[in-house]
Amino acid sequence: MATLTPEATELEEPEEHGAEGGGLWSWITTVDHKRIGLMYGGTAMLFFLIGGIEALFIRLQLAVPDATVLTEAQYNQLFTMHGTTMVFLVIMPLAAAFGNYLLPLMIGARDVAFPRMNAMSFWVFLFGGIFLSSSFFLGGFPDGGWFGYAPLSTQSEMIRMDFWALGLLILGIASLAGAINFTTTIFTMRAPGMSMFKMPVFVWMQLVVAFLLLFSLPVITVALFEVLFDRNFGTLFFDPAAGGDPILYQHLFWLFGHPEVYILILPSMGIVSEVLPVFSRKPLFGYQFVVFAGAAIALLGFGVWSHHMFTSGLGPVAESAFSLTTMFIAVPTGIKIFNWIGTTWGGKISLKTPMLFSLGFIAMFTIGGLSGVTHAVVPADTQQTDTYYVVAHFHYVLFGGAMFGIFAGIYYWWPKISGRYLSEPLGKWHFWLMLIGFNLTFAPQHWLGLQGMARRTAVYPPDIGLETLNMVSTIGAFTIAVSMLPFLYAMLVNSRTGAPAPADAWDGRTLEWSISSPPPHHNFHDVPTVEAIDDFWHQKYGEDDEGRAVRVKTFPEPSRYTDKYIHLPSPSYYPIMLAGGLVLMAYGFIFAPLGIPLFVIGALILFGGAFGWAQEDPDHPMGDHDDHHAEPDDGSEPDETAEEAAGDEVEDPTAALADGVVADGGDDA
Amino acid sequence: MRLIPLALLILLVASACSDNLPRSTLNPVGENAETIDNLFRLTLAIAAVFFVGVNAAVLYVAIRYRARKGDDREPKQIHGNDTLEITWTVIPALILAAIAVPTVQTVFELAEEPADALQVEVIGHQWWWEYRYPELGVVTANEMWIPTDQPVFLSMTTDDEDVIHSFWIPNLNGKRDVVPGRVNTLTISAPEPGVYLGQCAEFCGLSHARMRMTVHAAEPADFDAWVTDQLAPGNVDEDSEGWGLFLDKGCSACHAIGGTEAAGGGLNPGPDLTHVGSRTTFAGGSYQLTTENLKAWLRNPSELKAMEPDANRGMPNLGLTEDEIDTLVAFLQDLK
Repeated sequence: MATLTPEATELEEPEEHGAEGGGLWSWITTVDHKRIGLMYGGTAMLFFLIGGIEALFIRLQLAVPDATVLTEAQYNQLFTMHGTTMVFLVIMPLAAAFGNYLLPLMIGARDVAFPRMNAMSFWVFLFGGIFLSSSFFLGGFPDGGWFGYAPLSTQSEMIRMDFWALGLLILGIASLAGAINFTTTIFTMRAPGMSMFKMPVFVWMQLVVAFLLLFSLPVITVALFEVLFDRNFGTLFFDPAAGGDPILYQHLFWLFGHPEVYILILPSMGIVSEVLPVFSRKPLFGYQFVVFAGAAIALLGFGVWSHHMFTSGLGPVAESAFSLTTMFIAVPTGIKIFNWIGTTWGGKISLKTPMLFSLGFIAMFTIGGLSGVTHAVVPADTQQTDTYYVVAHFHYVLFGGAMFGIFAGIYYWWPKISGRYLSEPLGKWHFWLMLIGFNLTFAPQHWLGLQGMARRTAVYPPDIGLETLNMVSTIGAFTIAVSMLPFLYAMLVNSRTGAPAPADAWDGRTLEWSISSPPPHHNFHDVPTVEAIDDFWHQKYGEDDEGRAVRVKTFPEPSRYTDKYIHLPSPSYYPIMLAGGLVLMAYGFIFAPLGIPLFVIGALILFGGAFGWAQEDPDHPMGDHDDHHAEPDDGSEPDETAEEAAGDEVEDPTAALADGVVADGGDDA
Repeated sequence: MRLIPLALLILLVASACSDNLPRSTLNPVGENAETIDNLFRLTLAIAAVFFVGVNAAVLYVAIRYRARKGDDREPKQIHGNDTLEITWTVIPALILAAIAVPTVQTVFELAEEPADALQVEVIGHQWWWEYRYPELGVVTANEMWIPTDQPVFLSMTTDDEDVIHSFWIPNLNGKRDVVPGRVNTLTISAPEPGVYLGQCAEFCGLSHARMRMTVHAAEPADFDAWVTDQLAPGNVDEDSEGWGLFLDKGCSACHAIGGTEAAGGGLNPGPDLTHVGSRTTFAGGSYQLTTENLKAWLRNPSELKAMEPDANRGMPNLGLTEDEIDTLVAFLQDLK
C-alpha cells in the first residue's frame, strides 16, 4: 500500500524544514508542529489519491448499465471505502494539517500547547489509516457504507466491519487529541494583544471545529463500541428481536455525522476567509458576522441531525422540527457567502490560483448549499434522499466546497512552507480542469437522482434513461483525475525549482507572512505584539482620506536564524510507540482468539509508551534523544558542545511543566 | 468560471423539463407524488434565483474588479456594513419561512391515512419484496397490484433478523424506510393504469442494486380479476414430474405454493410461487420472467444476482441437470 511511505515524500528535502536536521529518525521523533502538519498533509494527499482511484473504479462500473467491471461485492466495498477514506483519511486530516502548520504561525506562538500529544495524533491517524486500509489484504474492505447502518453493519459475519468500527475509533482518538490540543493552543498561546476578536478567521474556524469534535466524537464512539459489542460479544443494542433499535444507531451516528459535515467544511471556510482579502487587497467584509455565522453554524449543526433520517419514520412532528432547524442553518451559511462576495466587491482582484480556487469554492459551495435547502423540505427530501441527487449535493459541499478550499490553501501557503511559489500556469490548468471535471461529474448526478437512480447500486437497468448522464459523469471523473497531474507535478518539481518566495509572498495580512519562508524552526525570533485584526497588514499599510490603503512601511526580508537562545520541546519517540501499540492491540482484537498475544504485546507497548512519556523530562531527554533548541547561529551546522552547554543552562523549574510547553512562547499562558 | 453557464443550463433543464422516464420523480402520478413535486419545484425556483444571483456576483466581481495594469490605486478599505448584514440575514430568513409553511403543512398531510384505503403489508427481505393484502388474503412478491380508484395504505416492516430497506416508487410517492422491529406507513395512489418502477433505496447489503419492484395499477375490474386469480390455489398436478422435483429438490423449504402441501412456506422465506407464472419479472424485479432467464436462474442463481445462500440470504445453487431445469421451468411457468 502506498500508505506506507508518507514520510518518504516529506523526507526528500528535510533541510528545508527548520534547523532540526534530516534523517528518518528526526521525523519519527519530531514534535515540531510544522513537520507534523506536513506529515499530516502528505499522508492525507496519498489517501486522497487512493480514495480517488476507488472513485474511478466506481465510475467505470457505472459508465454503462448492467456493467461487470466490478462484482456487487467489490462495488460495495469500494463505495464504503471511498466515503470512509475521503471523510476520515483525507478531508479531516487535511484540515488538521493546515491547523497544525498554521495555527501557531497565525497566533504568534512557537509551537502548539502539547507538542508530543500532537505527534501522537499524527501517528495514531497514520497507523489508524493503514489499519483501516489493510483490511483489503485481510479479507476485504468494509462493505456496510460509510455510515455503517445497523443492523446491516452488525449482520455480516466477516471481520471487515470490525475493521471499519475499530478503525474509526482509532482515528477518533487522533481527532480528539488534536481538538484538545488546538483548543488549548488557541486559548492560551496567542501573542500578546491578540484578543479573540483579533484572531484570523481561519483560527476561529479551527477553534469552532475543535469544539465540534470535542462534543460530537464521544457520540460516535458510543455508537461504534455498540456495533463492536453487538458483533463480537452478543450484545443486542440494535437487534429488534431483543428490544434493540436500529433507529437508535441512526440517531447516534448522525448526532456525530452532521456536526462532522461542518467539521469538514468550516476549515475551508476559514481558508477562503484568509485568501479572499489578500487577493482583493481589502479586509474581510463583516469580520464579526463571519465569525459569529461560523459559530452559529456549529451550534445549529448539533440540532439538525435527523434530516438525514427523514424517511426513517420519525413522525410528522419531529420531521417538521428538523426541517425548520435545517432551513434555519441556511441563514448563517448565506451570511458567510454574502460577506465573501462583499470582501471581493470593489477590491483589486488578482486571479492567482489560490484566488481562483476560493472563487470556485464560493460558486460550487453555493450550489451544494442550495440543494441542501431542497433537502430541508421534507417531502422533497423523501424523493431525493438515498439517490444520486444527494450524492451530487454532498460532493458539491465536500469536493466543490471543502476540497476546493483546501487546494486554495495549498497554493496560498505553499510558498510559506517551501520558500518557493507553485507554478501559476500549472495551477490554472489544475483549477480549470478540476472545475470542469467536477461539474461534469456531479452536476448530471442531480438529474440522475431525480430520474430515480438510487445511490449505492452496483448496477442500473438499461431501459430507464440513465445511460447518457452516467457516461458524462464518468468522463468528468477521469477529467478530475487528469486535473491532478499538473498539481502533483507542481508539488514535486516546483517545490525545488519554482520561483523563490519572499517571506511576505502575497503581500499578506496575518502574522505568518512576517517570518521567513520557510519559517524558522522556532517560528518567531521575538513573539510579536498584536494591536489589530490583520496586524501585519496594518503595520505595512495605513489609509488615506478616501479610505484607500497606503503603504507606510516596508520590512526587510527576515532571517531564518536568530542570535538568541530559544528553548523548544525535545523530540520524543514515545508518541509513535504509543500509537503503534494501540494499533497492534486493534489487530489483536480483530484476530482474537489467535490475536490475543498480539493484543497483549500491543498493550505492553502502549503502556510502555505512555509510561515513558509521563516520565520524560522535557528538558533532560532520556536516551538518545537529542536536546533540542534553535541555536544562536547564523546558519552553520549545530555545534554539539554549544548544544549541550545550552541544555545545561536551562534549569528553570517551569520548563518541566507537563508536555514540554514552549518556554518562550508561553507568555500568554 | 466558464463552466457556470453549463451548470446553469443543466439545472435549468432539470427544473424546466417534465420527462416521461419510467422512474422519474419529476413525472408524478397520484395526489401525494404531485404534492411533493409541486413543493420541490417551488423550492427549486427560489434556489435558482439565489444560484443565479451568487454566481453572477462572483463572475461580475472577477471581471469588473480584476486588477488592471497601470492602475496603482489601492481599493477602499471597507470593513463591513451593518445595514447590509441585517438585510442579507432577514431576507433569506423570510424566504425560508415562506418555504417552511407549505413544507410543514405537507408533512402532516402526507402522514394522514386516507379513510377508504386498500391495506397492503410490505415486507422487505434481502433482496426482494413480499406483499400481503390482509383484507383480500392475497400474498405475492415484487410486483404489487393496486386499483386505480382507491388509495393504497402500505404498512411496512421486515423480519427481525433482516436489515433496513426503503420502499420507493418515484412516480407514486417519496420513499419510506422499512425497518426491522417497526411498522412504517406510506400512502400511494395511481389514478392512471400503468406499470410503475421502483428500487430499494436504502443500502441493504450485497444485492441491494437488484432489489427492485413494480406497481401495476389496474382498472377496478382488472384488479378484481387479478385478485380472483391470485386467490385460486396453485395450478399443480400432484402427479407431475415438475411437482416431484419441486419437493425433492427442497424448493418448498423456502417457497410456498397455495393449495398444496407446500402452502405454508418453509423455514426461510422466499417469494410465494403460487402464481409466479403470472408475473412479468423475477429475482427482485431485476429480470424478465422468460423461459431463458428462468433456466439461467436455475442453472446458478448467484450468476444472475449476487446472493449469500449460506447465510440464508438468497437462493442456493441446486445443482440441477438440464432436464430437471427444463421440467422445473415448465412447471413454474404453468403456475399462473
